[in-house]
Amino acid sequence: MKDLISITDLSIEELQELIAKAEDIISNPDEYCEKCKRKKLATLFFEPSTRTRLSFESAMLELGGSVIGFSEAASSSSAKGESVADTARTISCYADIIAMRHPKEGAPLVAANAASIPVINAGDGGHNHPTQTLTDLLTIYREKRRFNNLKVGFCGDLKFGRTVHSLIQAMSRYEGNSFVLISPEELRVPGYIKTDVLDKNKLQYKETDNWDDMAELDILYMTRVQRERFFNEADYLRLRDVFILTEDKLTNAKDDLCIMHPLPRVNEIERAVDSDKRACYFKQVLYGKYIRMALILKLLGVE
Amino acid sequence: MTIDSIKNGIVLDHIEAGKSMEIYRVLELSKLDCSVAIIKNAVSRKVGHKDIIKIDSIIDINIDVLGYIDPGITVNIVRDGEIVEKKNLSLPEQVTGVIACKNPRCITSIEQELPHVFRLTDRKEGIYRCIYCEAKAKAEA
Repeated sequence: MKDLISITDLSIEELQELIAKAEDIISNPDEYCEKCKRKKLATLFFEPSTRTRLSFESAMLELGGSVIGFSEAASSSSAKGESVADTARTISCYADIIAMRHPKEGAPLVAANAASIPVINAGDGGHNHPTQTLTDLLTIYREKRRFNNLKVGFCGDLKFGRTVHSLIQAMSRYEGNSFVLISPEELRVPGYIKTDVLDKNKLQYKETDNWDDMAELDILYMTRVQRERFFNEADYLRLRDVFILTEDKLTNAKDDLCIMHPLPRVNEIERAVDSDKRACYFKQVLYGKYIRMALILKLLGVE
Repeated sequence: MTIDSIKNGIVLDHIEAGKSMEIYRVLELSKLDCSVAIIKNAVSRKVGHKDIIKIDSIIDINIDVLGYIDPGITVNIVRDGEIVEKKNLSLPEQVTGVIACKNPRCITSIEQELPHVFRLTDRKEGIYRCIYCEAKAKAEA
């Protein structure tokens, strides 16, 4: 594997290998602090994303490597009309590995085809964001020690939330998982996720607009309703406030429920929930750095 | 109706009725100097009606494009008046420059020089998807 463009590029074995590597990094960070000495990561961010970019950069720095790059298209040659392929070829002369975010779908694949160095897709529009899915999977594994026989609740914007679609896809490869899809009618998961992923893999799922299944959930994955997806501000405000996770809704929830969120959040998780031991979303951010460290090592071929 | 048989050339047989003009256009047969006969709505024992194209010269044909438009076509190569080769088509794994991606969020929408490549992701349903954005384009077959 040269690049990571989509989560489906990874076999179950490769995924397991990355999880194992990340766990080893967590246990023995000192052993990894010079693994990427004299290696450079180029973060090519054609649209801003503080969290993902800083996660990649801190991952490389903790491996002893260094970082170059840009954080918006205006400060790159694309503002002068350079193609993605030319940018990728140029950066191949400067760096050892690329992490790229681009507003257009498929741009990282174009870069990967042109570059002589590995390319990691750090998000291409509403299409793929495989390192977020890796982050989610490491979090699930750290909390549950398995990927099978889990009841996973997804809540919020299930229509536009690409992290939800990717995680459903990733979890559908394991046996015995079932899904509770909690959202308002307007924000249900797209039809192709139901037909091509859930039905195809004969997975149990339930679409609902209430919290009645909370007591059975092993994982609750909350998402933000994104303002930019709506043409109408009134619709956004109405839907944003439909599902807000509060402490009282967790009364009947399992003791070892794992509450996740890809962040940033707006108001969909009440601040009081942060101190609940079942809240895992800030741990999730930390795991995101470790899994990116494991991924960089794998793609650079560093043992 | 009688059309002269050809001595050396290609016969595209079993074209779905009504698709011959599209194939004529896509294969750019108008650019050829040799005779080309388009037979529409010929009677077919198998499917009722079919189109046939006869090309009076052996030319290179993009089999993938042909397979994408109509996988039911039979390509007959004729030499000295005899059929020397018969090719049955199927949906190609990948087509380049045949389908244009219409997704405005796709990278191909802003980078004009990128080839539009579609890959067959579901043979049973004949579904092709853009390799960049995975937008669906249903095969016309």
